[in-house]
Amino acid sequence: MGTPAVAVRGLVKRYGAVEAVRGIDLEVARGETFGFLGPNGAGKSTTINILCTLVEPTDGHAEVVGLDVVRDRAAVRRRIGLVFQDPTLDAPMSGEQNLRFHQELYGVDRRRAAARREEVLRMVGLWERRGDEVRTYSGGMRRRLEIARGLLHSPQVLFLDEPTIGLDPQTRGTIWDYVAELHRNPQNQGDEEITVFVTTHYMDEAEHCDRIAIMNEGRIVALDTPDALKAQVGADRVALTTDDDEAALAALRSELGLEGAVREGAVTVAVPDGAGFVPRLFDRLGHHGVGIRSVTVTRPSLDDVFLAHTGTTIRDAEAGPGAARGLHPMAMRMRGR
Amino acid sequence: MTTTITTEAVRVPTSSLATEARAALVVWEREMIRFVKDRARILSSLAQPLLFLFVLGSGLGSLLGSTQAGGSVPFTTFLFPGVMAISVLFTAAFAGISIVWDREFGFLREMLVAPVSSASILLGKGLGGASVATLQCLVLLALAGLVGVPYDPLMLLAMIGLIFLMGFMITALGLVLAARVRQIQSAMPLVQLVITPLMFLSGALFPLSGLPTWLAVLTLVNPMTYAVEPLRSVVFDHLDVDAATRARFDPGIVWGTWPVPVAVQILITVACCVLLLALAVWRFRRTE
Repeated sequence: MGTPAVAVRGLVKRYGAVEAVRGIDLEVARGETFGFLGPNGAGKSTTINILCTLVEPTDGHAEVVGLDVVRDRAAVRRRIGLVFQDPTLDAPMSGEQNLRFHQELYGVDRRRAAARREEVLRMVGLWERRGDEVRTYSGGMRRRLEIARGLLHSPQVLFLDEPTIGLDPQTRGTIWDYVAELHRNPQNQGDEEITVFVTTHYMDEAEHCDRIAIMNEGRIVALDTPDALKAQVGADRVALTTDDDEAALAALRSELGLEGAVREGAVTVAVPDGAGFVPRLFDRLGHHGVGIRSVTVTRPSLDDVFLAHTGTTIRDAEAGPGAARGLHPMAMRMRGR
Repeated sequence: MTTTITTEAVRVPTSSLATEARAALVVWEREMIRFVKDRARILSSLAQPLLFLFVLGSGLGSLLGSTQAGGSVPFTTFLFPGVMAISVLFTAAFAGISIVWDREFGFLREMLVAPVSSASILLGKGLGGASVATLQCLVLLALAGLVGVPYDPLMLLAMIGLIFLMGFMITALGLVLAARVRQIQSAMPLVQLVITPLMFLSGALFPLSGLPTWLAVLTLVNPMTYAVEPLRSVVFDHLDVDAATRARFDPGIVWGTWPVPVAVQILITVACCVLLLALAVWRFRRTE
């Protein structure tokens, strides 16, 4: 389907002796929501900055919608929307003034400008507050305004660098709803489907992506759909509460050849396909008259994926060697500022 | 892709002079929005030039008046264009370094990642600073009658034009200074360090006649001198003074034995505007 949204080959970025990006290859198709995961300092932001033409690569090649990020800088910029990790709004101007500023800066058609502003402001639920100065907005509202602004010039690729950082869980959820909305609403994409390239270090958020790349220490260590990545890590966990745990364990062994264990008051077994396993489970255990009260199927989380590929949890990777353990990732970030 | 619903997508046009101009214009407009919103700044920045004009001017004026025969002009009249220049210096330099705030709060990034040249952004900033400085001076211009300067429309128009030019030059200088500064705390002393000598060595506060050689040389290499003198010249053109008095209070600029015409002074100022803006663009390209 034409050129890919993002194509990267052998990308390297060195800052003096530090190699932030150590040769990555990547292809993102049009219309994808592509997640870029990894701890702070993994090279995510450097990579996204190269793709946004803000940083020049030391080596390798990167194209966005078929345009070279070094040679066709201005052309790339016209086709991408950017939402940065740090806020880039003008607080003394109103929400709508910020958007108008952006439209003028990008030279968008004036006849369509006002209607487009209304469109994106309504989409992120800020239409009623458009006249208020941005300084009166909450963190979540500012983020939403920035996403609206990123969409103003109908970009073909929207880059979101840590769009949910520092937001409460509910607002984080809302932001993802808007991202999902982008793919559903043709008004926001024109005749070409919009591609969303998003970095995050919240593992749970990666579930919203079609595909994800896990980056660690400047390299992509895993790249696939969230499900496939989780499948690589291994089995689903099926936990059942029963009337008679001993009988259930025995039945599992004799009927299904599975070795279960009692964990936290539940009989637990590991199987490759948990959802498909449940009907068989009922069928066979029913024969033995084992009463099943509840069944829980747990798929491996992306945390497990990250752990499997890097040998460390994302939190510990971020804390770095010798840093205090057990702190919430947010707390770590606040201290880093 | 199954269905293709074509709604009117907003397409960003390829670069052209028109898009660059629009970018510069909206940056200028933002400076205006900020100026109008910040009334406290308007009022407080008027205080300094008024002090210079009426306190310093009257104080020094009485000293000079006592040693002087008739046929003279009041010192405050002499000082009037100089005070304009001081007002422009501080207002415009402030407007220039305000880009450090833009950087600190992230908005500079929004401007510099746009598909327009950074020269357009900085041009807009320069025009904004010049406009703010000019608007400030309008209040001072209204006081012309109090210091014996006539309300001649042509003179006022010429002054406004010259003030705008001076404002652009100083804003561009502020931008040059701000290019490598990350924090506003470090920008302030830097500006003081540069602006204060420019003010004292420009002929804004005293006539450039009969100065010791070292001082005369310093005033001649100060670009501000070439922006202040046309302003004073315009005022004196509209005063009823004899040649001797004018030679004393408005001696003009002399290179060796050549009296530099006002037109050449203005050309020098224009050249400084262009050079400083180019320097600012160069420095910003290297840092961002």
